[in-house]
Amino acid sequence: MILYFIFRRILWAIPVLWVVATVTFLIMHVVPGGPFDKEKKLPPEIKANVEAKYHLDQPIPRQYLLYMKGLVQGDLGPSYKYLGRTVNDVIGDTLPVSVQLGLLALGFAILFGLIAGMISSATAHSLWDRISMFIATAGISTPNFVLGALLIYLLSHRYRLFPPALWEGISNAVLPSIALGLAPAAYIARLTRSSILETNRQDYVRTARSKGLSEGAILFRHILKNAISPIVTIVGPLTAALVTGSFVVEFIFSIPGMGKFFITAVTNRDYPLIMGVTLVYAVLIVIANLLVDILYTLIDPRVKLQ
Amino acid sequence: MEENRFWKRFRRDRAAIASLGIILLLLAVSLFGNWIAPYPFDMQNTLESLSPPSRAHWMGTDELGRDLFSRLIYGTRVSMSVSLLTALSALIFGTLYGAISGYVGGRTDNLLMRAVDVLYALPDLLLIILITVVIGRGILGVFLALSLVGWITVARLIRGEVLRLKELSYIEAARAMGATHGRILLQHILPNTVGVLIVTLTFRIPSAILAESTLSFIGLGLTPPAASWGTLANEGWKALKFYPHLIIFPSLAIFITMLAFNFLGDGLRDALDPSRAEVPGPIAQTEIKRVGA
Repeated sequence: MILYFIFRRILWAIPVLWVVATVTFLIMHVVPGGPFDKEKKLPPEIKANVEAKYHLDQPIPRQYLLYMKGLVQGDLGPSYKYLGRTVNDVIGDTLPVSVQLGLLALGFAILFGLIAGMISSATAHSLWDRISMFIATAGISTPNFVLGALLIYLLSHRYRLFPPALWEGISNAVLPSIALGLAPAAYIARLTRSSILETNRQDYVRTARSKGLSEGAILFRHILKNAISPIVTIVGPLTAALVTGSFVVEFIFSIPGMGKFFITAVTNRDYPLIMGVTLVYAVLIVIANLLVDILYTLIDPRVKLQ
Repeated sequence: MEENRFWKRFRRDRAAIASLGIILLLLAVSLFGNWIAPYPFDMQNTLESLSPPSRAHWMGTDELGRDLFSRLIYGTRVSMSVSLLTALSALIFGTLYGAISGYVGGRTDNLLMRAVDVLYALPDLLLIILITVVIGRGILGVFLALSLVGWITVARLIRGEVLRLKELSYIEAARAMGATHGRILLQHILPNTVGVLIVTLTFRIPSAILAESTLSFIGLGLTPPAASWGTLANEGWKALKFYPHLIIFPSLAIFITMLAFNFLGDGLRDALDPSRAEVPGPIAQTEIKRVGA
């Protein structure tokens, strides 16, 4: 049953990815001016050679077919900027870094958000609750780059606790993970609080309470199980948020991840790299949404996969 | 009567009232900025470059000796108008799309929503960057890109509302009396989504501010001489280590504005629909996409 569901979802992902690939291809090829016009004026013969090498001299439909043919074989084409390297090489080097950063930030967000939300709901409407919910709203309102710059200034420049850049060890990972994970943590905290408070009003919780169970047992054994499902659903959108956040965080912390290369690719008009990275992001988000749907049914058997 | 109850509930929310005050102030600053700013925003004075905040320059000066306070006021006008206009145009287009999709239903709805699903598979900022690659940067490019992306969320939301409303019996009554589809949609369904629309608009604005400033900060947004809060923060970022005042003030402006709109949105939503008061707004709005986007 579940295998059938996964299979169907993967089948549905194929047209989505095909549309994404086609649209990005069209977008990149309606742009006036090719990647080799802008920089130093190349002599016409050399330019013709370079364009022939990248099939830019072919008509667009033919270029499209060539690109799609490569794509089916998992080949994202050559990079225009990093000569001699393919887009696959660049992504192979940068994707693991971005995934590490994303997972660290996700872990931080879930841990921190759940704990803060649970404490807040246990002390609902108290001063502590109000302060932490104010901080959560503030966290949502803080752009990654503001938080990143603040962290670098305070914890790297002022007090030399953590390095301000690069990706070489655990100490490098602390600041970027916080910069990337704080806004999602704030979301999870708000959502956890409201979800627990809502579950708290259910009859079966009242029953548990009237049986004389301790508050801890009620929270962990009865409430959390049901309160967790709305939190699971946002992991999908959260992945999207981490992706966009990673552009900025990798940019300011000089982390050699996919986001940083994406920004450079955009500035350089390195079209195959732009398209390749876009596709990888689409795949990541499709996978995240699939995982969420599966998790959802495991947590709440009432939800039927369809 | 309904408005009175709404106002009574809204008034009790002190954070929302304070936020409304801040937003009105920001609007005034963007409208009357040239009378408030002590210097022209592009006046250079290299003798005073990179000076820290002082009495002559409340927020200090940048490396060309331009007064940061004046530049921030000018940036307020740019950031506010870009975000208000994009939120508004996203709202209009998204409402039309969502309303038609939900009202017509059936195969059309299916097709329209599949298109939205594909766009939903990509993060907002990524789409925005791709669009600016095509139509170019500058204020117009950024405005178009933000509008072209912002409507997706609105469309899903309004479609849901319309699907719910069109099953109600007063719509059936209107149809029985021979009202045309256009009339039912415009006169009977859409007016009932106004509350949702206002709340959505309020939450779209901070998303737009976030997207614009992020884009400008990473150097893919507005290009000089246009200056938004994001471009100012980007200039400040380059001098972070020794001249932190250059990034602190634009960052504060962005932070306070987004905070104000988020609190106002929460307050409006709670006052319009008290039954959902405990649900954090942006999530109930399927607005979660904007976390960090």
